[in-house]
Order: sequence, then structure tokens, then C-alpha cells
Amino acid sequence: MSFLSIDHLSKDFPSHSGNGNVRIFEDKINKGEFVTVIGHSGCGKSTLLNIIAGLETPTEGGVILNGQEVTGPGLDRMVVFQSFALMPWMTVFENVALAVRSAYPAWNPQEIKAHVQKYITLVGLQGAETKKPTALSGCMKQRVGLARAFSIEPKVLLLDEPFAQIDALTRGVIQEELVQMWNATRNTVFMVTHDVDEAILLSDRIMLMTNGPSARIAEIVGVTIPRPRSRETIIGNEQYYKIRNHIIHFLVRHASHGQADESGDHTKQSGPVEIHFRDQATKPVGAALCGRP
Amino acid sequence: MTMGIKQTQHPFFISVFFLGIFLFVWHVATISPPFDPTGKTEEELLVMEFNGDIVQTGDGRYVWNPEKEKVKGVPGPMTVLEKAWIELNEAFVIKGTNDHGIAFLVGYTVSRFSVGFLAASGVAILVGIILGLNRMLFRALNPFIQILKPISPLAWMPLLLYTVKDPKWTAILVVFMAAIWPTLATTAFGVNSLRKEYLQVAAILQLSWFKRLYKVILPGAAPTIVNGLRISFGSALVAVVPAEMLLGELGVGYLSWIEWNNLDIAGVIFAILVVGTVGVLLDSGFNKLAGLVTYRE
Repeated sequence: MSFLSIDHLSKDFPSHSGNGNVRIFEDKINKGEFVTVIGHSGCGKSTLLNIIAGLETPTEGGVILNGQEVTGPGLDRMVVFQSFALMPWMTVFENVALAVRSAYPAWNPQEIKAHVQKYITLVGLQGAETKKPTALSGCMKQRVGLARAFSIEPKVLLLDEPFAQIDALTRGVIQEELVQMWNATRNTVFMVTHDVDEAILLSDRIMLMTNGPSARIAEIVGVTIPRPRSRETIIGNEQYYKIRNHIIHFLVRHASHGQADESGDHTKQSGPVEIHFRDQATKPVGAALCGRP
Repeated sequence: MTMGIKQTQHPFFISVFFLGIFLFVWHVATISPPFDPTGKTEEELLVMEFNGDIVQTGDGRYVWNPEKEKVKGVPGPMTVLEKAWIELNEAFVIKGTNDHGIAFLVGYTVSRFSVGFLAASGVAILVGIILGLNRMLFRALNPFIQILKPISPLAWMPLLLYTVKDPKWTAILVVFMAAIWPTLATTAFGVNSLRKEYLQVAAILQLSWFKRLYKVILPGAAPTIVNGLRISFGSALVAVVPAEMLLGELGVGYLSWIEWNNLDIAGVIFAILVVGTVGVLLDSGFNKLAGLVTYRE
């Protein structure tokens, strides 16, 4: 029994290049798993995330979380937004407290304060509690976003290109902080990104999405690099470049017409190909199964 | 050297300098030459005295009649200052039904303005939020708003007077009509263009309708709403003076009109200055309030 399953999901939407749609055949995410969807801009990956969050409704199919169908947004699925979505009229503390108060309505002010403080400390923002988001750098803003998301202890954490607006140098720092936070909590995480290195560093599995219109998940790459991972150690792992090359190859060459294999065996009705890079293996197992040279 | 000059040239001194020039020009332009009887026959002088143009002083000389001087031409700054001095000394005196001190008149105008403006703002913000959240309703009602918005609030006055039959409430309603549209339109716009992430966060956090309103929507749209209020404020302030004039309701607008009826031009100028001062006071109060609710993105 999977924890979060996406069942024959389909969403039609108008886009700048005519009508597009996203189709997910079937996808299951286990409890405590970190899954990333990677794809080009506008392929519908954020739409998929919004459907899981309950912020958008699918045209067909549905999402089942812990045995219950998702019908709307809820406290069990917190989103970390690309644009941070912090209320600029509230201080850092108030932003997190707003979430904590909603998640634990029975708590008294002391309990709420202690809980908020705990998560602000966890993201290293102690001392900045009374600051307004305007006074913070992008990196610090997203730390508040992470503190807010982790503080309500959601069943699923949805990260929508969380570090896309943060400069490349500090992005690495906050990614590692996220790794540590996730190691401590082992939340189920569904992340959308277009940063390949970020996906490899953080994920257990990486879903590769084709371009729209009619976007779908073409491949799922398992990342078996042992944890704990850090940017420093991960590049020494022999799987790292194999996975990275495979994903970039997919994004550059094949994202526009589906699978990485050109045989066209996989009809649109079938699910994605699972690919696992094992130590010592010279080519991806999945690709071999697909009869790829 | 240049630096030294720049440091001493505070805008305040420049303001005082310009005021000085203005008052001087005003004074010089309104000086009337003393009465010169040369070349006038005894008969002509008698006629002029009979008409009240001149008066004979104790030592038998003729001078311009100071009472008639008041309504001849534009009074000079000294005359206005004299008038202001008298009025301000009697600021808290009630001499009769229609002769209240200036402090009372300012009080009446400010309270009339405040009631109309606050009521209009309350209604406009409430309706604006509803329209801002419901795009369909907004598009359905927008044509009406567009038609009602450009109507001068004073155009409503006869109808309002006929309907409510009370000049006191009519004046307040004129202020109301002047203040409602800009706030309504900008509130709807502000709520509608609120970043959708804020509403998404509110939805995920399962905030109640009321919490969503006062924790997210109102503070989020506050800067836009304040801009609307500022426009409303200006147009209501412009409307309150003629409303008082036309309705004969005691207030600073009324003061200006009654002084005109008394042919006391110095009084009219004084009333204009009072209207300006009241406007500045209300505006600075408003800006203080606005500063409390605005935020930077």
C-alpha cells in the first residue's frame, strides 16, 4: 500500500501554445520517500504539484493520500513556494506562527511560541524573528518558508522549485540544510525542479517529464547513492555522473518526444520506465531492458 | 563655498522667503491712495459723503470711508490678518444660531466629513472585497460602477435633499457619494490582484473565512486600498465645502459663503485659508493612519 498515489491523472489547461495537458499514468510514492519531478519549464510539473496540494483540480483521475482522496488543500500537504509566499506584512515569527496556530488550534500561546521558536532555530534564523520578509535575503526568506512548512509537520511536503530564485552559491548551502532537515524528520517529499544537481542530491527517485503539450512522466530514475549525502561527497560517487548525464541527455534530446529509447515501444497508455543505476553497471538497467543498444 | 550656501538654504527659509514676497506684492497691490480732495467742489464732496464714500474727520478733513473700503477691491493682507485675529479670538464663542465661533465651524465640518468618509470607506471596502473575490460579480456590476463613478457628488444633492429631507444628512451623504467610488474600485482591484500564493497559503492552512479576510486579504490589499482611500479623501474634502455652501449647514464652507453674503471679502479669504488648514490637518492624520497599514513587498 503506497502512501501517496497518483492515479490516472489528467489535467487539461489552456497554455500560451494552445491547449496543453498533463497525463500521469500511475505513480506511487512511499512514506518517507523523497521524489523529484524534473522537466522543462511549462511542461506541467507545477500543475501536478498543485493538484497534489489540492490547489488545482484534475480533469480526470485523482490523488490518494494515506487511503483518502485529495479533494482540496489541507494541512497535511504543505507547499514551499518558489516565490516564498511569505506574508510581507507579518514578521518572520508571525509567518510561522500563523501556520502553527492553524495546525494546532488547541495549543496555548506558550506552546505555539516554543514550537515556532524551535523551527526558526532549526533553519538558523534565531535573532531574525521580528524582521519582516523584505529585510531578508532570498535564501533567508526560503528558510522561513521551510520553517513554516516543517513546523506544521505535514504528511507530504510539496516543494515547488523552492530554490529557483536563490543565487547559485547560496543555493548549495540551503540545499544541504534541507537534506539535514529531511534526515531529521523523514517527511514524504514531492519536489518539482529543473536543477539536475539538486534533484540528485536530494531525491530517492527522479521522475523525468516530457515537454507539453501532452506532457507525461517518461522515466523514473532511482538514485541509490547512499545517504547521508552532501554536495562534496556526492560528486565522488561513480553513479553521480551517470545519473546526471542520463538526465541531461533526456532533457536535451528526448524530453520533446518522450522516452530516451527511440524504439517507440512504449505507447502513450503505458507507465514510465524505471531506471536504476547500480554500482559497477556500465549502462542503465532500465535501458537494457528496453532493448536499447 | 557652494556647500556652505547649500547647507544654510533650508527649504523652510525658501518657503518663508516666497511667502514674504507674496505678502509684500499682495500688500502693495491692494494699497489704495489716501483721499485727495483737490479739484473737487464742495458740492461733489457732499454728494460723496452722502453716498458714504468718504467721511469727515474731527479736524474737518475728508478720508475714505473705512466701512466702504472693506468691500472695495481686494482687501490687503493686514485687513485679512485683522479679521483672522478677531475670528480666532472669538473661536469658541456662540453669538447666535448662525454665528458660531470658528472652532465650532471647523468641528462641524470635520465631524460631517468624518462620518461621511468613514461610512463610505466601510461600505466601499466591504463591497470592494466581495467584488474582488468574485470575478463574475465584479464583471456584472462594473458597468454600473463605471457610470456612477464620474457623477459629481454635488449632482446628487437635490435628489438626496428631496429623499432624506434633512440638510444635515444630505451634506453627509454628499460626502459619502464623493468618497465611495474610488475606494470601491481600487479595493476590488487590490483584492483581485492579490498574489494568489497568499490565498493558496491561507487555503492550505485551512484558515476560517474571517481569519482569511483579516489576516491575509485585508492586509494584503491594504496598500491598494489606502491608495483608493486617499483619492476618496481628496474628492470628499472637495465636496464638503460646496455642500455646506449650498445647504447652509454650519461649517467652514458655510463660513466662506456667509462672509460673501456679508460682503466681507477679508472674511472670505480667511475662510479659504481655514478650509486649506482643515484639509492639511485631516490629510496629515490620514497619512499617519496609512503608514500603519502599508508594507513593502
